[in-house]
Amino acid sequence: MARTMKAAIPDRSADAEVDVSMTVNGEAVSRSVSVRMLLSDFLRHELRLTGTHVGCEHGVCGCCTVLLNGRAGRSCLTLAVQANGYDIRTIESVASADGTLHPVQQAFKECHGLQCGYCTPGMVMNIVARFEEPGKLDLTDEGIRDLLSGNLCRCTGYLNIIAAVRRAAELLGRA
Amino acid sequence: MSTRQFGARVERNIDPKLLRGEGAFVDDIPLPDALHVAFLRSPHARARIVSIDASAAKRHPGVAAIYTSDDIGTLDVEMPLLIPHPSMKNPKTQRPLARGDVHYVGQTVAMVVAVDRYTAEDAAALIEVEYEPLPLEMDLAKALTDDAPLVHADVPNNLAAHFIQTSGNPDDAFARAEHVTKITVQVDRSTAAPMECRAVAARWDAVSGELTVWDGTQAPISVRGGLASVFELDEDKVRVIAPDVGGGFGQKVLLFYPDELLVPMAAMRLGRPVKYIEDRRENFLGSSQERTQIHTIELAALRTGEVIGLRDFFLHDTGAFIPYGIAVAQVASTSIAGPYRIPNIFVEFKAVYTPTVQVTPYRGCGRPQACFALERAMDQLAEELGLDRFEIRRRNLIAEKEFPYEREGLLFADGLKVTLDSGQYGKALAMAAAELGAESFAAEQAKARAEGRYLGLGLACYVEGTGLGPYEGGHVKIHPITGKVYVNTGLSTQGQGHDTVFAQIVADQLGVSPQDVIVVEGDTKAFDWGVATFASRAAVVSGNAIHKTALTVRKKVIEAAANMLDVDPDQIELRDSAAWVKGSNRFAPLAAIATASNPLRYAFNKAAQAATQFARASKHDGPPLADGQAPGLEATDYYSPSQSTWAYGVHGAIIEVDPGLCTVKIRKYVCIHDCGNMINPMIVEGQVLGGIAQGIGGALYEHLDYQADGNLANASLMDFLVPYATEIPNVSILHLETPTPLNPLGVKGVGEAGCIAVGAVVASGVEDALRPFGALKFHQVPLSPNMISYALETAGY
Ligand code: FES
Ligand code: FES
Repeated sequence: MARTMKAAIPDRSADAEVDVSMTVNGEAVSRSVSVRMLLSDFLRHELRLTGTHVGCEHGVCGCCTVLLNGRAGRSCLTLAVQANGYDIRTIESVASADGTLHPVQQAFKECHGLQCGYCTPGMVMNIVARFEEPGKLDLTDEGIRDLLSGNLCRCTGYLNIIAAVRRAAELLGRA
Repeated sequence: MSTRQFGARVERNIDPKLLRGEGAFVDDIPLPDALHVAFLRSPHARARIVSIDASAAKRHPGVAAIYTSDDIGTLDVEMPLLIPHPSMKNPKTQRPLARGDVHYVGQTVAMVVAVDRYTAEDAAALIEVEYEPLPLEMDLAKALTDDAPLVHADVPNNLAAHFIQTSGNPDDAFARAEHVTKITVQVDRSTAAPMECRAVAARWDAVSGELTVWDGTQAPISVRGGLASVFELDEDKVRVIAPDVGGGFGQKVLLFYPDELLVPMAAMRLGRPVKYIEDRRENFLGSSQERTQIHTIELAALRTGEVIGLRDFFLHDTGAFIPYGIAVAQVASTSIAGPYRIPNIFVEFKAVYTPTVQVTPYRGCGRPQACFALERAMDQLAEELGLDRFEIRRRNLIAEKEFPYEREGLLFADGLKVTLDSGQYGKALAMAAAELGAESFAAEQAKARAEGRYLGLGLACYVEGTGLGPYEGGHVKIHPITGKVYVNTGLSTQGQGHDTVFAQIVADQLGVSPQDVIVVEGDTKAFDWGVATFASRAAVVSGNAIHKTALTVRKKVIEAAANMLDVDPDQIELRDSAAWVKGSNRFAPLAAIATASNPLRYAFNKAAQAATQFARASKHDGPPLADGQAPGLEATDYYSPSQSTWAYGVHGAIIEVDPGLCTVKIRKYVCIHDCGNMINPMIVEGQVLGGIAQGIGGALYEHLDYQADGNLANASLMDFLVPYATEIPNVSILHLETPTPLNPLGVKGVGEAGCIAVGAVVASGVEDALRPFGALKFHQVPLSPNMISYALETAGY
């Protein structure tokens, strides 16, 4: 195998760039990025917030779920430029600064609600968003399944996640 | 620690990190200046490449390099055949990039390396390839005919392998039979669809001459060996790391996927880190698939329902290549008689090339197909003989006193004769009947029918050969500073909780908490003897290796502690991370014992200072290390199973079918399951539940929709229907624990168990539910609403 010297390797694409500013996990960030960069790539690769995962990039799996102005949304179906001015929260903001798990995370751990953990950040963000909405939570089997119906998990078979949602409601005094 | 950790529902060590979003999957590893890969893939299932013109793509801003088969030097060869077998005449494996012909839609034709993935994809679209399309045949049976178009010009009849196995005297059994039943069943093509697609990143360090590869693989050690050979590097200069991996289910072990060779090559040639992150479409078009088999199975029975013979002939679709040899078909063949005595067996298969993505093991690996064939045949036999479905099974299950039960002439994937080692099959069936409420079901069913609701009971039994050899290893070391225990093995994990179950095994021997046992695997720099994670083998093979190793370290700890505390070794007990003199409050912390066992003493910390308070850890004269003595508290050992160990189970369900909408709703799902001693029941249940959910996908929804022209019509999660929580019913799991006599821990594998029986259960239940409309037959999964509609229409509904 020939190990040749580095040829002249370009360091940028010809994409037009645009300035974007938003608040991410409480911090103001500004970057100049490609006009077509997805919000998921912006978070993961520009900001190195790699807890947000990408499982399909076509809006089906929910792995990429983050909170946009408090509402759960698909960061793979959002361009970074569309999120300009938004307040974004990702999985990295959920536990306390000292690492103590949020009750939803704690419940996942107690109920074995994760295996590979790839779907987990999206699941947790979706559940956190629903728990933050005011009003009564529907904690019936059907209600929780409905709550989870935008997130795929290939490992757990969901039942332990359903149990985790119930446990989280208990821990948060919402049961 | 006096409570036993083995068998406890210990929460997982790995969870906090994954829950906080601190997992490190391949695409999370920071690689400054990394370049990104996109592949140009064939749009044709069969075609000849006339010409490739990459000049416009090369000029595209941001492109670093473009490679076709002409540009990859010594890598332009067919990739290895992993498991040769004499039943294959002319086994075909893929080249990293197509040369001459393409053999399926999605085959890699050219690789683009660019500053980012967006640019790489743009450039791939600028590569001009002229194809001359060739005729093709997608139908398995037609593909075997003499005038069928060929997937490989030099493989006549598209016949990849042909194999026959016989046990007992099947001809005689069929001659003696009082009743013979025969059915043809089909399981369709599916895919593992792990939530994280495959991913490879590589960094070449020209100064140290080291190649580091992050690969979301189930087999990092084998990948390392392969890369070292291909690139002619010392093994020590190649490090392969399988970091956190987002599910595998068999799809992430293949030596090699094209990217696993080409990404390191590009990193070495370009002197920059290079990354390939497979997207979902590519996962459908390029990563291994499984399942399609068409079985024609006959059971020879006595009027009592006793099955005395079985004949099965099946076609196995191996896709365009056969890198794993006949593994899937062989496992199906050898699982064909399930948990039943059936002493006379003839099983024959033909593996057929089709112009589709290659077939390699996906969770279940031929077992769901074998189970579907056998259990559907058992149901039909019961019906024809006027027997209850539970009763016919009861009469044929192998009894406890008959173990070990051998099937002479059937060679399992380990090359050894099938030998079912232990179980309580009859009890499992009885438990399933009780949990399903089978006794009272007929009344419930009649009542529902009177209300216009159609309920059915579905049932299936399965066995699973687990714990394939040849071996795995374990390395256990007590750290002298922290007193924590470090454990290594040669596997990688994709969510199975190895870090916790292996910690539990070690914790019991060394008297520490599982949280103080740190398991590191999936890194060839940490441990590089071993095979891989597949075939439900981790707990069995690595588990026992680690157990053996922990026993050795335990002995060393006790000897050293006895010396330090000046008592007999049998006076020492290990608990709370220390060695105690029984019945006293005298103890030495593990950290101090580990420190004292290393004659090099720097008083870095409290443990080292504490170590000086005791007598010497080793009583010998002469130099600080006696001849043959090693420093520290550490050992390495291996476990090599004598044969596979067979887990089993019984699944059942109450199913409701709406004949108007042709929908199927699982009202209740019951799983009786036995994987021997359970290290962590919580994790076992997680594995089983996940398997059942995949099984439900395979039974009702997941079907790769290849068109007549070889195009895959549903290469997205929008159209390939992986179940959400809304599709998964509540499941009740009941355990039996029949220890295997074959290994010290008495454990059997569990990874694949959950998915095996589900298709058979669902089809059985749907048939039962629709009985009022006539004897409708459901012999194919996934069982779609169309099939129900068609069956009802045929019956005049
Ligand atoms: S990655 Fe966004 S929904 Fe799948
Ligand atoms: S835990 Fe693996 S995908 Fe959900």
